[in-house]
Amino acid sequence: MALLELQDVVASYGSRRALHGVSLIVEEGSIVAMLGANGAGKTTTLRAITGLVKVQGAIRFDGRSIAGRPTEEIARLGIAHVPEGRGTMSQLSVLENLQMGACLRRDPKAVRQDIDRVYGYFPWMKSRLEQPAALLSGGEQQMLAIARAMMMRPRLLLLDEPSLGLAPIVVRGIFKIIETINSEQGVTIMLVEQNARIALKSADSAYVLEVGAVAVSGLARELARDESVRKSYLGY
Amino acid sequence: MLLSANPLEGLEQQIVFGIASGSIYASLALALVLIYRAMEAINFAQGEMATFSTFIAWMLMTTFQWSFWITFPLVVVLSFVGGVALERVVIRPVERAPILTMILVTLGLFSIFNGLSGLIWGYTIRTFPSPFPVSPISLGGVAIGFQDLGLIGVSLLLLFLIYLFFSRTKLGLMMRASALYPQSSRLLGVRVGWMLALGWGLSAAVGAVSGMMVAPVLSLDPNLMQSVLLFAFTAAVLGGIENPFGAVIGGIVVGVLLALVGTYVPHAEDLRLVFGFIVIVLVLLFRPAGLVGRAHVTRV
Ligand SMILES: Nc1ncnc2c1ncn2[C@@H]1O[C@H](COP(=O)(O)OP(=O)(O)OP(=O)(O)O)[C@@H](O)[C@H]1O
Ligand SMILES: [Mg+2]
Repeated sequence: MALLELQDVVASYGSRRALHGVSLIVEEGSIVAMLGANGAGKTTTLRAITGLVKVQGAIRFDGRSIAGRPTEEIARLGIAHVPEGRGTMSQLSVLENLQMGACLRRDPKAVRQDIDRVYGYFPWMKSRLEQPAALLSGGEQQMLAIARAMMMRPRLLLLDEPSLGLAPIVVRGIFKIIETINSEQGVTIMLVEQNARIALKSADSAYVLEVGAVAVSGLARELARDESVRKSYLGY
Repeated sequence: MLLSANPLEGLEQQIVFGIASGSIYASLALALVLIYRAMEAINFAQGEMATFSTFIAWMLMTTFQWSFWITFPLVVVLSFVGGVALERVVIRPVERAPILTMILVTLGLFSIFNGLSGLIWGYTIRTFPSPFPVSPISLGGVAIGFQDLGLIGVSLLLLFLIYLFFSRTKLGLMMRASALYPQSSRLLGVRVGWMLALGWGLSAAVGAVSGMMVAPVLSLDPNLMQSVLLFAFTAAVLGGIENPFGAVIGGIVVGVLLALVGTYVPHAEDLRLVFGFIVIVLVLLFRPAGLVGRAHVTRV
């Protein structure tokens, strides 16, 4: 079943169009990768979904139309968005950032378990809970942003370049965590990535954007095998 | 004029006076800080809103003969609700407007509340009952009125409650996050607009407490809080406009300085307002973050 569906979504910044009719489907329980060159419209697609940019066209989440709804109401339906630039609340402590992720939940016991789960994924966090998030390194802030989104217990997790600024070995770790979140907690994931090779390994299906429209789409492993796609769109 | 100092009394006595009147500035300064933290603008109507709340309390106590201890909490709650409603109706449409628009709107609210108080209750000066006994107690030769102790105690209690609310409760955390990081907060599902409304509610409630503390000392009329607002603003700027602790410390410093100026400078009565402005200008020039400031963390 499609958890998220975009149909001919058009989005503009002022008079400048960034998306020229994007259509895509995210199946419940899957991992979907969105690839494409700089400026292709990947970030804008995620911003369209969470109402951070004005859109035309249809966006349905779990059968409900969400296009034009306020961002906070879309989030409340169960969509967590780790934005480009991480959205770190830098003056708040690491722990407060995590608590903000869970601020709407009314199951304190489960929240505590989830915080423990986060420590399991990112052991360094436990000793730095009281520090302001501003003091974390870029990569640590990226991990905090993912952890904070997990604290929402979303149904759909949108990740904008989770590997950005992370060391290769950490990137592998992050993708393992993403796969675990998907398989153990049943969270559907849509991720934007520059690192096509590693994204296609984790993803079930993928979309390649080019100047604001979908150029190629298909099963991730088939796209990864297709040499012409790899050469002309993915650069490896 | 405000808790006028009596030059015949000793230095210690003046300092006690100063701390007590400083507590009044501190309590209204706290209200200013609450709004400033929520939307980075000064609410120039803060004093007039407080006066309006105080008149409601006066009406309940005189016309309906309610006791102070029933009236007080009721007016605090009413003011909270009024503050929330005011934000939803008046501020919300200009939430994203430039700062100048916001200032003009709060100046508009200033005249509206001032006019309303005059229209409904008139310009006669009223006495407002004090919740504290009048007789002073003596501490090491310095006479301290219960009134003064009460003012100091209430301001410190307000500060403590505000501190607890913002540092220990989930709602306080959500309000801080919404003010500093509105977009990130929205992405986490926080209704940021309502957090701002809550800030207005809290600030109106704190202002009401301040008004009900001032009125027994200064006597109630529609212009009750005007000079208080100026010194509260001085206090907030002096302490660091985003910092509740700073507001209280600033209030007390301003109170003591005013008492000393009143004692040792001739014609000081006329100079009090000038003094307030001088302090504001000096702080903004040399230490814009205030004496206490806010601990901004950045990586170096
Ligand atoms: N805030 C903005 N104002 C104006 N134009 C914008 C804005 N954000 C993005 N754009 C434009 O919209 C287009 C799509 O940008 P978008 O950020 O979606 O690209 P992207 O695929 O995420 O790129 P990258 O891989 O570099 O992050 C680009 O041409 C960009 O210049
Ligand atoms: Mg991008």
